[in-house]
Amino acid sequence: MNRRRLVTVLLVLGIVVLFVVPLALHAGSSDFAGTDSKATELIEESDPGYRPWFDSVFSPGSSEVESGLFALQAAFGGAVLGYVLGRLRSRRALREALAARESDTGAPQP
Amino acid sequence: MHIAEGFLPPAHAIGWTIAAAPFVVHGARCVVKEVREHPESTLLLGAAGAFTFVLSAIKLPSVTGSSSHPTGTGLGAVLFRPPVMALLGTIVLLFQALLLAHGGLTTLGANAFSMAIVGPWAGYGAYRLTRRLGGGLLPAVFVAMALSDLATYVTTALQLAWAHPDAESGFAGAAAKFLGVFSVTQIPLALAEGLLGVLLFRVLTTNARPELERLGVLRPEPEPEPTPQPAFGAESGPAFGAESAERGER
Repeated sequence: MNRRRLVTVLLVLGIVVLFVVPLALHAGSSDFAGTDSKATELIEESDPGYRPWFDSVFSPGSSEVESGLFALQAAFGGAVLGYVLGRLRSRRALREALAARESDTGAPQP
Repeated sequence: MHIAEGFLPPAHAIGWTIAAAPFVVHGARCVVKEVREHPESTLLLGAAGAFTFVLSAIKLPSVTGSSSHPTGTGLGAVLFRPPVMALLGTIVLLFQALLLAHGGLTTLGANAFSMAIVGPWAGYGAYRLTRRLGGGLLPAVFVAMALSDLATYVTTALQLAWAHPDAESGFAGAAAKFLGVFSVTQIPLALAEGLLGVLLFRVLTTNARPELERLGVLRPEPEPEPTPQPAFGAESGPAFGAESAERGER
């Protein structure tokens, strides 16, 4: 494993650890509610008279549909990101191949 | 996580919308100008928008027992300067407000101000400072990504404290409370986002070198391609040492 690969693996490992540790710390004792709902609770506690004065124009209704829409958002972003990185990578590969061929002209191809 | 629909009083909702609007309009102009003058930037602009799109869709667990999501706005801020992210971040927020009941239309201004304006500027500032102090590209990217994430939620906490001050301890008490919820939860997420940003930039420095040089993120090298390493596939490219050589002033 060269050094660049090792660094890649360590970076990925670091990211995984940052999420596995909280999961292990609170295993079974927490449902990992979103901070937005925590904040809404806090507002209701400290400011019981406050009533939200506007409702979401559209609400997915079921948590299943909601998670699906979140997945769709992530999938769309991931697809675009993957497309861009793939294009950039193949562009570099093509350039390198072209440069190698140019420097090899005259010499027998391997 | 963004401020939920209807949870800012009307005066605050309108105030933040007015405050955020010029940044978003300016950001839209910057995006159009960038695409017109440098059509080759479209790919990386797409990547910056897509990165924010993915990351803000993923809720992640944190040490506080709550979950939150990263913002991903640091990438575009480093690549294209923060104004571009004012538009891209707001598009993400609008999508979530309309389709996911996450955030909201009345709180869009406040949420855009924290995620699409303060976050990218904080990250960009940290990036510039790190580079000026002689830090390499990757450490600067780490700091930028982590800070743009964290600054977003510090802003959210302060916005909420301002709108809902504590009955006894006032703004300060409410700020401490909301910061406890948002910022502490966000710290591990911000660190992870920093690491992810470093991973992404390592891919970009090998594969998008011409763009990064034009954008001023990388200093042009006298020799464009270091000796390619044989026998390595997808991840190969310039050796790790090349990264420390990649110090250019933006």
